[in-house]
Amino acid sequence: MRHIIAVLLENEAGALSRVAGLFSARGYNIESLTVAPTDDPTLSRMTLVTTGSEEIVEQIKKQLNKLIDTVKLLDLSDGPHIEREMMMVKVRAERPDREELKRLTEIFRAKIIDVTETSYVVELTGASKKLDAFIDAIPEGLLIEVVRSGPTGITRGEKGLTLS
Amino acid sequence: MALTGAKPNGADKAEADAKANRELSGAEIVVQALLDEGVELVFGYPGGSVLHIYDALFKQETVRHILVRHEQGASHAADGYARATGKCGVCLVTSGPGATNAVTGIATAYMDSIPMVVLTGQVPTPVIGSDAFQEVDTVGITRPCVKHNFLVKDVRDLALTIRKAFHIATTGRPGPVVVDIPKDVTDPNIKIPYHYPREIRMRSYNPVEKGHPGQIKKAVDLMLQATRPVFYTGGGVVLGEGSAQLTELVRATGFPVTSTLMGLGAYPTTDPQFIGMLGMHGTYEANMAMHETDVLIAIGARFDDRVTGKIEHFCPHAKIIHVDVDPSSISKNVRVDVPIVGQVAGVLTEMLRLYQAQKPQPDPAPIADWWAKIADWRRLDCLQYDRTSAAIKPQFAIETLCKVTDGDLYLTSDVGQHQMFAAQFYPFDKPRRWINSGGLGTMGFGLPAAMGVQLAFPEAQVACVSGEASILMCIQELATCKQYSLPIKVILLNNGYMGMVRQWQELFYESRYSHSYVDALPDFVKLTESFGHVGMRVERPGDLEDAMREAFAMKDRFVFMDVVVDPTENVYPMIAAGKGHHEMHLSPSLTDRELA
Ligand SMILES: Cc1cc2nc3c(=O)[nH]c(=O)nc-3n(C[C@H](O)[C@H](O)[C@H](O)COP(=O)(O)OP(=O)(O)OC[C@H]3O[C@@H](n4cnc5c(N)ncnc54)[C@H](O)[C@@H]3O)c2cc1C
Ligand SMILES: Cc1ncc(C[n+]2csc(CCOP(=O)(O)OP(=O)(O)O)c2C)c(N)n1
Ligand SMILES: [Mg+2]
Repeated sequence: MRHIIAVLLENEAGALSRVAGLFSARGYNIESLTVAPTDDPTLSRMTLVTTGSEEIVEQIKKQLNKLIDTVKLLDLSDGPHIEREMMMVKVRAERPDREELKRLTEIFRAKIIDVTETSYVVELTGASKKLDAFIDAIPEGLLIEVVRSGPTGITRGEKGLTLS
Repeated sequence: MALTGAKPNGADKAEADAKANRELSGAEIVVQALLDEGVELVFGYPGGSVLHIYDALFKQETVRHILVRHEQGASHAADGYARATGKCGVCLVTSGPGATNAVTGIATAYMDSIPMVVLTGQVPTPVIGSDAFQEVDTVGITRPCVKHNFLVKDVRDLALTIRKAFHIATTGRPGPVVVDIPKDVTDPNIKIPYHYPREIRMRSYNPVEKGHPGQIKKAVDLMLQATRPVFYTGGGVVLGEGSAQLTELVRATGFPVTSTLMGLGAYPTTDPQFIGMLGMHGTYEANMAMHETDVLIAIGARFDDRVTGKIEHFCPHAKIIHVDVDPSSISKNVRVDVPIVGQVAGVLTEMLRLYQAQKPQPDPAPIADWWAKIADWRRLDCLQYDRTSAAIKPQFAIETLCKVTDGDLYLTSDVGQHQMFAAQFYPFDKPRRWINSGGLGTMGFGLPAAMGVQLAFPEAQVACVSGEASILMCIQELATCKQYSLPIKVILLNNGYMGMVRQWQELFYESRYSHSYVDALPDFVKLTESFGHVGMRVERPGDLEDAMREAFAMKDRFVFMDVVVDPTENVYPMIAAGKGHHEMHLSPSLTDRELA
């Protein structure tokens, strides 16, 4: 099963490599990993997406919790939550294709954020599946480059993954 | 109030203030922090990046530095010290090759959860990352084999980091912590006020202490219903000082108890309720009991693959209770029914209280039937060996060692057949007496570990059982033993082979002994003598006891006994990799039948 796990880490040099090292050393799957400092500059928040049997995911969470730099961990998949991923797509946009690309952008509520004679850069935020669908919808041969942030997530409702 | 004799309060305070506001250099901070931690011994080896620290060590006499002959020796010696005392081992090595040499010892300590702080020198901060002379990424190299590690980039962080290192190493599930210290951080000319925090709180590190009462109750309820219970105890009982509590609980319940290699001595192995070690080279009765048990009570043991054998065959009839301080040990390899996260000693005490409060006490009849079954298995006498042999059998050598030392010994070991024979045949009745590398299985561990033990307990009898292949891996430490007059006794079970390797090749590779014959061995007697020690060689069973008595009578000498043993002897029983507990190979004298 796919799990999206949020981790608050001490914002220390090397914290990220401890997580990355853990996954490679123990042979766990890791689909994506994003990390950035939070509003509290001493903390980083990491979101990682992994897959595995329930036993393995349980071990992954225990091992992550065991890292000395881990302050708190939450498996977002355990409850209602929102996931978002950001993507930028560079597409070939010659005259004849421009209308089609603009229409697609509208349908997906994406934005064109860079325009040249021959190309667009389109920005799109949403659930990872929606980003996949957008890529699939781009006409053959027009796709130049795709950059994805990897998903991040937050629980629904008042409670959050915070220190208190 | 009479003022005579006692210092006025004001003076005490002034002294404390002066102490609190002392200005120290980074190098002095390292030494002072060790003093404040109560460290008695540091095992180390100098080099460029730690010279400031060595200079600070030179100027004081409280922390004693032991100069080893290879940094692997330093980390094993600190480890041996920690295993024997329960205190934190400390070593100090230089950057680059000093640090890499120490890695084997760090990984050894990590696998067996041994508390240790390793101080490594590093190149100065401005040149980190420039491939400077003797630069390695120590934090990177050691990351997968430490509980935690630090790179200290600012002298103002040094004291707090060292405090954290000791705190992390010694609490929760213990383990080694590396503190990497760049040379400029120890600059003798930069002094800052020194403050060593006593208490420490880390928001990201709060190991569980007390077991959950509801879970403990569930466990005791299961134990009360058990008809074929077994205690399976491990290194955690030793590490967590739970030996007395375990012994009480085992006696109160009347249940059989088996132990892993790492837990030997936590429950007295000479007690009738002890059914021997379990696992790959465990006893027939222990492994059969595991196979048939209905309630398994695992205490501070981690379901290692050398213990479980093939997981599909592991304890097929049992409900499993597991007490462990590390949540990630629980249900890692084997799914358990009643997990209890907590320190062994407290949990065992609570279990005993609940068990004894039970009215009426459980019916003893089913347990009596269970013991009858165990008695049948015991009658097989699975550890028997040929006592009439003209060659010295390694088992006989260990039995003789026991006789000569009255079972009162700190015994360290290297890795191989000799290690298994020692575990099977030397009776450990106290914890921390059996000191060996179980998880990593590091050849070369035994001799330096024995140094750590002997330095911790100068008056105690300390011996190292080894093999002729293992001993050569840290043989340089004979010089350290000379320098510090350590009266260790090495019992070399010299079979001329990497016996454990040879055994596997005999059993699983049709006796193709590929590179397991140890050719060109040194003359161990002369070798030892050249280091200034006493060497002895024994070849006949009849001479062994007297020779050992002679060796142990030399109370202030290091004695190396080269004991020539039967090169063909194998360790039995044996569960081959991928087999279950009920599929043991027994000794050929028991007709080598496979029990299915
Ligand atoms: C050649 C060779 C052969 C071997 N054959 C065997 C064999 O036949 N049988 C055998 O048993 N082993 C054997 N081993 C050793 C084996 O590899 C493992 O090292 C050993 O089985 C692990 O022991 P353990 O489960 O007690 O765990 P340890 O490594 O001692 O781990 C201790 C456990 O206790 C927990 N713990 C620590 N402190 C506390 C505390 N205060 N409170 C609660 N829990 C705590 C830890 O989290 C950990 O889970 C062999 C090794 C070698 C080299
Ligand atoms: C550093 C290291 N290298 C290799 C091994 C693999 N190994 C395990 S036992 C063994 C042979 C040990 O031989 P010896 O010390 O003579 O002991 P014996 O088995 O003969 O008693 C070897 C090579 C190991 N455990 N450690
Ligand atoms: Mg040998």
